[in-house]
Amino acid sequence: MTEQALRGVRVLDLTQYIAGPFATKLLAGYGADVVKIERPDGGDPARKLGPFYRDEVQPEKSGLFLYLNMEKRGITLNLKHPIGVSIFKELVKKADIIVESFRPGVMSRLGLDYETLEKVNPKLVMTSISNFGQTGPYRNYKTAELILHGMGEQMISAGRDDREPVRAGETISLHEVGITAAVGTLGTFLGSVFHGIGQHVDMSMMEALTAGAPNHKNTCLIAYQYCGEEQPRVLEEWTGYPHGAFPCRDGYFSIYGGRVYWDRIVRMLGEPEVLMNPKWTTPTAQSDPFLKEEFVALLLSWSMQHTKQECMEIAQEYRVPCVAAQEISEVVADPHFNERGVFIELSHPVVGKLKYPGRPFIMSETPFQVERPAPLLGQHNQEVYAEVGYSGEDLAHLAEWRVI
Amino acid sequence: MPKLPLEGIRVVEMALAWAGPGAAMILGDFGAEVIKVDLVNFWQTTGRGTFARPSKEFIMCESPYSGGYPNRESSKHPWNVWPIFVGQARNKRGMTVKNLKEPKSREIFLRLIKESDIFIENNQPETLDKLGINYEVLREVKPDIIVVRLSACGQNGPYSGFRTHGPLLDSLGGHLSLRGYSDVGADGTSECTIADFLGASFGALAAMLALFHRHKTGKGQLIDCGQLETLPLCLTQAMMDYLMNQRVHTRIGNRDVHGAAPCGCYRCQGEDDWVNITVASEEEWRGFKKVLGNPSWAEEERFSNAYNRWKNQDALDKLVEEWTVQYNKYAVMHMLQKEGVPAGPVMNAADSYSDPHLKTRGFFEKVTHEDAGTHLYPGMAWKLSKTPLSIRRPPVRFGEDNEYVYKHILGVSDEEYAELIEQGEISTEPAPDIP
Repeated sequence: MTEQALRGVRVLDLTQYIAGPFATKLLAGYGADVVKIERPDGGDPARKLGPFYRDEVQPEKSGLFLYLNMEKRGITLNLKHPIGVSIFKELVKKADIIVESFRPGVMSRLGLDYETLEKVNPKLVMTSISNFGQTGPYRNYKTAELILHGMGEQMISAGRDDREPVRAGETISLHEVGITAAVGTLGTFLGSVFHGIGQHVDMSMMEALTAGAPNHKNTCLIAYQYCGEEQPRVLEEWTGYPHGAFPCRDGYFSIYGGRVYWDRIVRMLGEPEVLMNPKWTTPTAQSDPFLKEEFVALLLSWSMQHTKQECMEIAQEYRVPCVAAQEISEVVADPHFNERGVFIELSHPVVGKLKYPGRPFIMSETPFQVERPAPLLGQHNQEVYAEVGYSGEDLAHLAEWRVI
Repeated sequence: MPKLPLEGIRVVEMALAWAGPGAAMILGDFGAEVIKVDLVNFWQTTGRGTFARPSKEFIMCESPYSGGYPNRESSKHPWNVWPIFVGQARNKRGMTVKNLKEPKSREIFLRLIKESDIFIENNQPETLDKLGINYEVLREVKPDIIVVRLSACGQNGPYSGFRTHGPLLDSLGGHLSLRGYSDVGADGTSECTIADFLGASFGALAAMLALFHRHKTGKGQLIDCGQLETLPLCLTQAMMDYLMNQRVHTRIGNRDVHGAAPCGCYRCQGEDDWVNITVASEEEWRGFKKVLGNPSWAEEERFSNAYNRWKNQDALDKLVEEWTVQYNKYAVMHMLQKEGVPAGPVMNAADSYSDPHLKTRGFFEKVTHEDAGTHLYPGMAWKLSKTPLSIRRPPVRFGEDNEYVYKHILGVSDEEYAELIEQGEISTEPAPDIP
């Protein structure tokens, strides 16, 4: 068996939907034993969200759920039942980490707040992911991908100033929150390992997006402090033109950094005489809208002769930052992604063999590894509950009482 | 004082733009001692500024994002206050060497590696070989070193040598095909640097995983994280729909990928003021109607259930906006949230700084920076109950901690230190001939 970084680390996963499951999925892929705990009545609501395998709307066929929960073991447990709560505490004794995404206050109403669980397991790390954090005036407010993006990211300057701001793609913000939760959880866990300090982590999705890692919003917040100006909503920005996506023969290509790479770009375009004029080499030329029109005409007369792949190849020969704008189908077929093993294949008892996006990064000693597909609802009840001493007969009774 | 989680871990960072410096900053936030290495004689345009000494004219033509130097001035030390740099410069120490192409600088660098646990970089893949400081060399000096390489496209494969940046990875990795207005093409929306965010976070995650492994086994390792490859992992619905059903997703503007409606960004009272609303269930739709005073249009057949609302979104959006435009964006949020409907303003910087929720939670931290003065900075994403994280050190200045690093960590004598200043290894500013 290949060595894995988190082998032997037990995570109890009380999260649902997207952000939390993505966080624990990352830990599972690097070896943690993640036990996903679902409600017996229907399980994680993500099972009801698409896309569905062959558009068949069934709880074991949600592509969203299948991807976000691979390599986890799945059990059901009713935490609203007092027996459920005491069984959970038994699981906590053998766990290192809990990640939960209930609304603020739910865990303490269940008698499962950190202060209580810490007495059961003093080195425990518990991360609570919530919309706006456990405290503050918005703590009970609801959110959604779009709302999160507007409050936590730099949506205000995305798009055109004569239209409404426009958000990023699909649910990428929730995924960013998920990674940030994984980082926060693992970082805090290392404190428990190195210094013996178990503790609770309160993570607000809104704050995670703004501050989890440096991003556009973070930079714009600092710029505002420094110069008092808001970032405008414009299509292309700070490195001067060409900057952004432009049409070519079979779609679009993206190019970047006119001010920095001007000489290379001119060579790439075959050194047209008009671009040799010194007016283009003043420090501010690439911000001049009048010069821009003239330049873009030249750029398009070049790009419309080439496919996006050709634009990318030619530009890269001249060391100009420029790439093909790819559709999802093109990404899946892309030789670079495939040669480097970005996608993996897994067999699932209901949907069969499928290709999935796999590892985020390559570790030389402790690789990402997924052998188990996402769990069926309650699939590992027997296995997991046996580890804390419950027999098959016990489980039958617990099921009768709707505990599992 | 209880110890921060990564107290006792030393990180060397030689990185540019967002991803590498961001990964190092996260480790610094968690308590590691991060040492940023700057080169006195070699300028990289995405490090501490497009230029080391930008002219006032140049600064003025850049948008705030990159031209937002304090008061839009080319101050005494512009390389310490470029907003793009500052965003990931907290909780670090700074040291310099002259130029890693020179043997003396390389020797100093390797001495530092010997005293460190992690090295983070995001240069072009060939750079470490060229400088003679690749993983094999570093491992000879420090056998259990953890090396995190965060290049744009990874260390091998057809694109590994490509010149790219975050916004280009966004395009190559498929995200651009999913974002922006639904009625225009890829050229109809602005750039997006999410690949940098992902690179920084995944880089930090990788370093933490490797630290835990080293703790158990005593072994270091090499990590290859191509920022490009992190994008498909976060485009789940589009990826899975294609992989399962061969259906290609495209731009849907502000609409919901799972079909919730209304879902959009609506104009409010004010000049450039907007509110986002997402109604995802019948319960939320009832709450929504109640806040609007149960208008008769909401009872029409075309909006009678989730499917009809989804089908008739254009008409629905117009009616929603006729209502929102009468109110302040915060008022819309509070009214709707009171009835359990997800809504929130599209916040600009001024909104964020004055937001009562962020204020209550103490999200922004006041920091004094020697060159920039005293300002509020965005704080931490994680509230740890026993060892709170915070901005312990202001954005790191060029060579700020040379004395500490050279004398305390490398054990350089006062005499030798003076010589190294003389030789140009130690400085608090880029060489004077760099523009």
